[in-house]
Amino acid sequence: MNMKLNIKVWRQKDSKSQGGFETYQVNANEHMSFLEMLDVLNEDLVAQKKEPVAFEHDCREGICGTCSLVINGRPHGPNAGTTTCQLHMRFFKEGDTIVVEPYRAKAFPVLKDLVVDRSSFDRIIQAGGYISVNAGQAPDGNAIPIGKERASKAFEAAACIGCGACVAACPNGSAMLFTSAKVSHLGLLPQGEVEAERRVHDMVAQMDKEGFGMCSNVGACEAECPKEIKLDNIAYLNRAYYKSRFSGREA
Amino acid sequence: MKWLVEFFGSGIGKKLLMSLTGLFLIIFLVVHLVGNLQLLKSDGGEAFNIYARFMTSNPLIKTVSYGLYFFILLHAVLGLMIAWTNKKAKGGKYAVTASSPNTSWASKNMALLGTLILAFIFIHMGDFWWKMHNDQLPYVTYDDTMGPIKNLYARTAEAFANPVIVVGYVIGMIVLAFHLWHGFQSAFQTLGINHPKYSPLIKGAGKLYAILIPLAFAIIPVWFYLSQA
Repeated sequence: MNMKLNIKVWRQKDSKSQGGFETYQVNANEHMSFLEMLDVLNEDLVAQKKEPVAFEHDCREGICGTCSLVINGRPHGPNAGTTTCQLHMRFFKEGDTIVVEPYRAKAFPVLKDLVVDRSSFDRIIQAGGYISVNAGQAPDGNAIPIGKERASKAFEAAACIGCGACVAACPNGSAMLFTSAKVSHLGLLPQGEVEAERRVHDMVAQMDKEGFGMCSNVGACEAECPKEIKLDNIAYLNRAYYKSRFSGREA
Repeated sequence: MKWLVEFFGSGIGKKLLMSLTGLFLIIFLVVHLVGNLQLLKSDGGEAFNIYARFMTSNPLIKTVSYGLYFFILLHAVLGLMIAWTNKKAKGGKYAVTASSPNTSWASKNMALLGTLILAFIFIHMGDFWWKMHNDQLPYVTYDDTMGPIKNLYARTAEAFANPVIVVGYVIGMIVLAFHLWHGFQSAFQTLGINHPKYSPLIKGAGKLYAILIPLAFAIIPVWFYLSQA
């Protein structure tokens, strides 16, 4: 079924310009994803020789973490456990006005329209989000025994796609849920133990340096995370950080 | 020592200080309440005044009280600094503000609630602590071995005969309840305690505490006002 929508979208020429909202009419279809609806809007704009709306997207399957957007005040829109690309227009009604804004955080500056610079996340990963493995033949899958529960916990944390919805949702612009997901994903497994102490120190230091805020345990990140990463990862990060700083031998 | 300075300079280190000072103040509130409930004894204030004299003269209690003043100020100043840093880290505001599910209003307004509580503490200490420590109270004698002692009970009865002060104190306790509603369980999460066995208990106890303690405090001025009206 076709639907007419009013899309109030943030337009900003570049990182140095002042932005503002523009409202456009879009003829969408209930089967479209939110990004396909924006594609329709952009085709209209191009046909009118206007600048299309810049937004990020890649896999459109909900696994790459490239799409973002704050839709009606909620990162990735109103549905739980859903990325913007997997949000379908059937969740909106004919005649709705939908407000689309970029993520807001000092560490995620707006580059253009709805595109923000999330390279601060890359630098947090570079600081310690890796493990050391010997290159060569693939190791035997069962050479290192790992309990099922522990493996599942690490896997749940590893589901983080690094989209930054946690930072966008947080009233403090804190990256604690993202960083904690990476720290527990690697720290819970024996392969990650080698760098465990250094990792948590370096990633937390980089997170602070990037200008992310501190965690007030509000829980908005957990509520908005499209991969439903849990707050107990943040408690794990706190514990790991205390352990690293107080019992670790490195200064 | 460089590592320790670096630790308390980190975001997590600062939050640990907030958690530990907050938990200390949570324990203090219980001690303060137990002492104050003696105001409700129908002995004309004897038990309370003797207790007040003990609390202001015992050297151990005096030492702890200096720690208490320090921790209140540390919790307040650091809390405001954190709120300021966090506000800057957020950068801008959204045109549409939608509350995420399962987030409390209190958790997003801890700095505002805390500032109101700090203002309340100053008014409260001006009402009683200042008068106690600057010899602005009448004296009362219960037995000769003790001699005349300061009648803080009489000052309390006088203050809570004023309906404006009574309403102010009740509002102060409502603000405290909201602050504790989030703060109690948040302190444990910051400590790294989040466990399927204990967290439901901590959250339940925190909500119970946040209601019962401020409620018991608020009963005192209301009871004084009603019994004198």
